Amino acid sequence: MSKRLILNTNLLDITLNRLCQQLIENHNDFSNSVIIGMQPRGYFPAKRIQEKLEFLLNKTILIGRLDTTFYRDDFRRRETPIKANTTDIPFIIEGKKVILIDDVLFTGRTVRSALDAMTAFGRPDKVELLVLIDRKYTRELPIEADYVGKYVDSVFSQRVLAEWKEQGCQEDAIWLET
Amino acid sequence: MSSLSVKHLLGIKNLTPQDINLILETATNFKEVLNRPIKKVPSLRDITIANVFFENSTRTRLSFELAQKRLSADVINFSSSSSSVKKGETLLDTVNNILAMKVDMIVMRHQSPGAPHFLSKHIKANIINAGDGTHEHPTQALLDAFSIKEKLGELEGKKIAIIGDILHSRVALSNIFLLQKMGAQVMVCGPSTLIPKYISEIGVIVETDVKKALKWCDVANVLRIQLERQQIKYFPSLREYSLYFGINKKMLDELDKQILLMHPGPINRGVELSSDAADSNHSIILDQVENGVAIRMAVLYLLASVKQN
Repeated sequence: MSKRLILNTNLLDITLNRLCQQLIENHNDFSNSVIIGMQPRGYFPAKRIQEKLEFLLNKTILIGRLDTTFYRDDFRRRETPIKANTTDIPFIIEGKKVILIDDVLFTGRTVRSALDAMTAFGRPDKVELLVLIDRKYTRELPIEADYVGKYVDSVFSQRVLAEWKEQGCQEDAIWLET
Repeated sequence: MSSLSVKHLLGIKNLTPQDINLILETATNFKEVLNRPIKKVPSLRDITIANVFFENSTRTRLSFELAQKRLSADVINFSSSSSSVKKGETLLDTVNNILAMKVDMIVMRHQSPGAPHFLSKHIKANIINAGDGTHEHPTQALLDAFSIKEKLGELEGKKIAIIGDILHSRVALSNIFLLQKMGAQVMVCGPSTLIPKYISEIGVIVETDVKKALKWCDVANVLRIQLERQQIKYFPSLREYSLYFGINKKMLDELDKQILLMHPGPINRGVELSSDAADSNHSIILDQVENGVAIRMAVLYLLASVKQN
């Protein structure tokens, strides 16, 4: 098992800053936009982005956490079932522009289940997808991100691993594991 | 650990503390689902569940049916009072006929202890015990534990008094097993005629003074007098029972602490609980009912999540 560093803490910070600028370009003052981080690992970059946006725009940005375990398409098909995490969306998404954030876009199935899960909360005006890492050529559904941190060429047997300070790691970093 | 160690939910006796924690955690997630605008998840949409009730029920049956529908499962209901059981059809025949219609899971309530265990040896479908005579009622104990944990934070070290007809109560037995597995202390309280003779052997404290029980406990789980299960008279009259063992609001207010008041339902108002106690701010009886749906969703979901070939 070998690990190659894709983004170190500094580069990750620069990437997050650039993504924030892109978001502001499209969403202006965020008056009708909200952020939803996908559980379990999308919430960490989502929180970083929320904090940066709040600093840049000097206002509160709404953020929620969405767990998609009950909407997965591999229920009763896995050797080990997945354990659900918390969903906490303390605002109404009806009529809002939602920015869905995850750390890695791989097959696209998690995003599909997130779109389904969101319909339980209302009908957003628009949903955009922001990912830190887009693994090219591994999509199993026709789903693409609107904002991408970094594109990575990888094969199925490899794994992209995001490490966050909140999980107890020394510093934020993104690795490619072979 | 993300799956249960059992294929059926026959009783708390067969569950590990890890199983119990997994069910309680999953139920927390489902409780959140029940507060959404659209209270439905698609997980069990390819599953058909038969609710096979040979005994009367309001709460448990409705709670299971609602849980199944919230999980998008297809539900069929069977109650023996309006079925061919009245024409003498056996339990195994009844269930096999239902299974021949490609039903995946059975939720069963039966008057004979061990009926679901018997069934589990003969059929392939997952079985959930919704109460077997005076033996166990596992989902009730799970929702009771969930309700206590919701209000008090943890079960370990907490003192729970189960008060009433312990002898005939499947709720009492399942609660005793579960609470002990999770490190809580359990006391049973009632007339000595309604407390099983050697119950202290399983590690519960026995008390016959309800005021002492209330003083000792953090939670009082009050049981209904199971008149329909009593062949002989265990106490002189309901009035005498309520004089000695009934709980009213004055008794709760006299305690120098706030305890939780629970009851699995249906309440005999004026017998084991006065109306002012049942409707007081100590009572979490309606929370129990709300939590029952979430717990049953968790149990159905976890039993169904095993990989299919």
